[in-house]
Amino acid sequence: MKFEFTEEQRMVRDMVRRFAEEELKPKAAEMDKKGEIFPEIYQQLAELGLFGVYVPEEYGGAGMDVVSYATVIEELSRGCASTGILVSAHTSLVVDPILHHGTEEQKQKFLVPLAKGEKIAAHAMTEPGAGTDVVSISTTAKREGDYYVLNGTKHFITNGKESSIYLIFAMTDKEKRHKGMSAFIVEKDTPGFSIGKLEHKLGIRASSTAELIFENCKVPAENLLGQEGQGFYIAMECYDGGRIGVAAQAVGIAQAAYEEAVEFAKTRVQFGQPIANFQAIQFKLADMATMIEAARLLYLKAAWLKQEGKPYYQLSAMAKLFASDIAMKVTREAIQVHGGYGFTEEYPVERHYRDAKITEIYEGTSEAQRLTIARNLLKG
Amino acid sequence: MKVVVFCKSVPDTETRVKLKDNRLDKSEIKYILNPYDEYAVEEAVRMKEAGKVDEVIAISMGPERAREALRSALAIGADRGILVKDDALDGSDTYVTAKVLVKALEKDGVDYGMLLFGQQAIDGDTWHVPGQVAEMLGLPQTGSIIKLEVDPDAGKAVANRLVEGGEEIHEMSLPCVVTCRKGLNEPRYPSLPNIMKAKRKPIQDYSIADLGLSPEEVGKAGSLTEVLSYSLPPKKEAGKKVEGEPEEVVQALVKFLKDEIKVI
Repeated sequence: MKFEFTEEQRMVRDMVRRFAEEELKPKAAEMDKKGEIFPEIYQQLAELGLFGVYVPEEYGGAGMDVVSYATVIEELSRGCASTGILVSAHTSLVVDPILHHGTEEQKQKFLVPLAKGEKIAAHAMTEPGAGTDVVSISTTAKREGDYYVLNGTKHFITNGKESSIYLIFAMTDKEKRHKGMSAFIVEKDTPGFSIGKLEHKLGIRASSTAELIFENCKVPAENLLGQEGQGFYIAMECYDGGRIGVAAQAVGIAQAAYEEAVEFAKTRVQFGQPIANFQAIQFKLADMATMIEAARLLYLKAAWLKQEGKPYYQLSAMAKLFASDIAMKVTREAIQVHGGYGFTEEYPVERHYRDAKITEIYEGTSEAQRLTIARNLLKG
Repeated sequence: MKVVVFCKSVPDTETRVKLKDNRLDKSEIKYILNPYDEYAVEEAVRMKEAGKVDEVIAISMGPERAREALRSALAIGADRGILVKDDALDGSDTYVTAKVLVKALEKDGVDYGMLLFGQQAIDGDTWHVPGQVAEMLGLPQTGSIIKLEVDPDAGKAVANRLVEGGEEIHEMSLPCVVTCRKGLNEPRYPSLPNIMKAKRKPIQDYSIADLGLSPEEVGKAGSLTEVLSYSLPPKKEAGKKVEGEPEEVVQALVKFLKDEIKVI
């Protein structure tokens, strides 16, 4: 067993860490306030090849591996959690399924610009009446000649505002339940497709969360991803991979908060000495560092399993469950170390605390992760 | 025209320096490409992108980890690397380093138009090697530049260097030696595709035997200087605060300056 990055993985981590430190961290608070990721960030992410980390070079990607990808998400999130989920949702939830289920034509037309970062993607399953219970979605797709006609409303869609390629899940046959769900690639300018309201959120405020509306939206039949009725399975695969991204994002948020806490503890003087001298603070820092390391190892193992083509959904569920949980604990304790200062906008830990919460919810709530894990260990 | 960029593997700036047995304790150090060398690599790659240079070669002398520094240079855009690595080189001073690098250039046979360096390495901080290399090769040199214009056809380079209160402009014939500093350019982040490409670019290894050198000519034996000991800078002590009425404070301060630190 070898607990070491390859030379390329280390170079990627070092580069993204530096990029996040120099380019993202100084802008993160302002982007959070303004509720947008600045356009130059998209440009930089594309130039650095971060929108297609493990996409093969022939499709415009960097041709790297899933471990590099997950590490990229952690490092980006350490600088700005919204930027982390921008890349994670783009890659895990749209790029990945097109890479694995797309036809050659779909790959040339959609995957290449997505991997190069010329276009951004969003994945749309969730509806007002269907969260964890995805089979109850009410968006429908009806075949009419060379088209499918989509009707329905999606909400809480990450990257909803800035995307130009959407992966939409709709029922082609409601009777068949999960076997009647299909996935469609929809371009932004398709008639009948519009973007509805944007959400104002507790955290990851720079990441857009939009409502998508389909009114007799005619999608070319060749934009069906995989087979009719395969949508549910494609979606489940997406979430298995997406959980690695969210786990890495949670670790990045926790790491950022932890570093702030260490820095503050070393410089804040009370009772004539830095508060880092007090065991009460030292124990907090020790617990934080230990939890972060454990969560990081979990997501790295899940990423490695995926890269090796081995079953990884159990590990990715564990990684997401644990990492999101410790992100909440670490960010909460980071505020505690800061005392009253941590409760103000003067210090970034309040933002890390707000950003952490969503990792327990999206791409499968912590409760859903526990179900996945428990069902797997009790089966057979 | 071909440009050779000299690269050094140095401890990361955030490294906490520790001593062990009168030497640097290197066990927990993370190494990076010397930040000043990044300006040199970036400048060379920009010259290539501008069509003035057709090959950028990164060269380093050092232990195995120097290969990572070369890999970083290749990821920024250098075309190939040369690594001089030999156990006998341990303990070499800057004179030996310059001598070995010059030998490696000869061995490679590259017909260079310019040798680019970082102005200093952030570890030893001697600023020696560029000047030594230039002297050994009999080449014109300038350093700490913030602007560089090269005209390969006319066989000359013009460099602006910062001096106190202004800038000096140096015109040199090619080939020449130039050292780089902050302000010359903004080094790019190596993109993922370029990191992958760097993996496939060749790095030629040389031992001292390959360069026709004997162990006596390098390492401590071949060095002109010797480091006698290392010591950490003294720990910063807390400042002294004098409080009270102005008359008392002034009196106390004068007494302090006179009697305690004896500067007046």
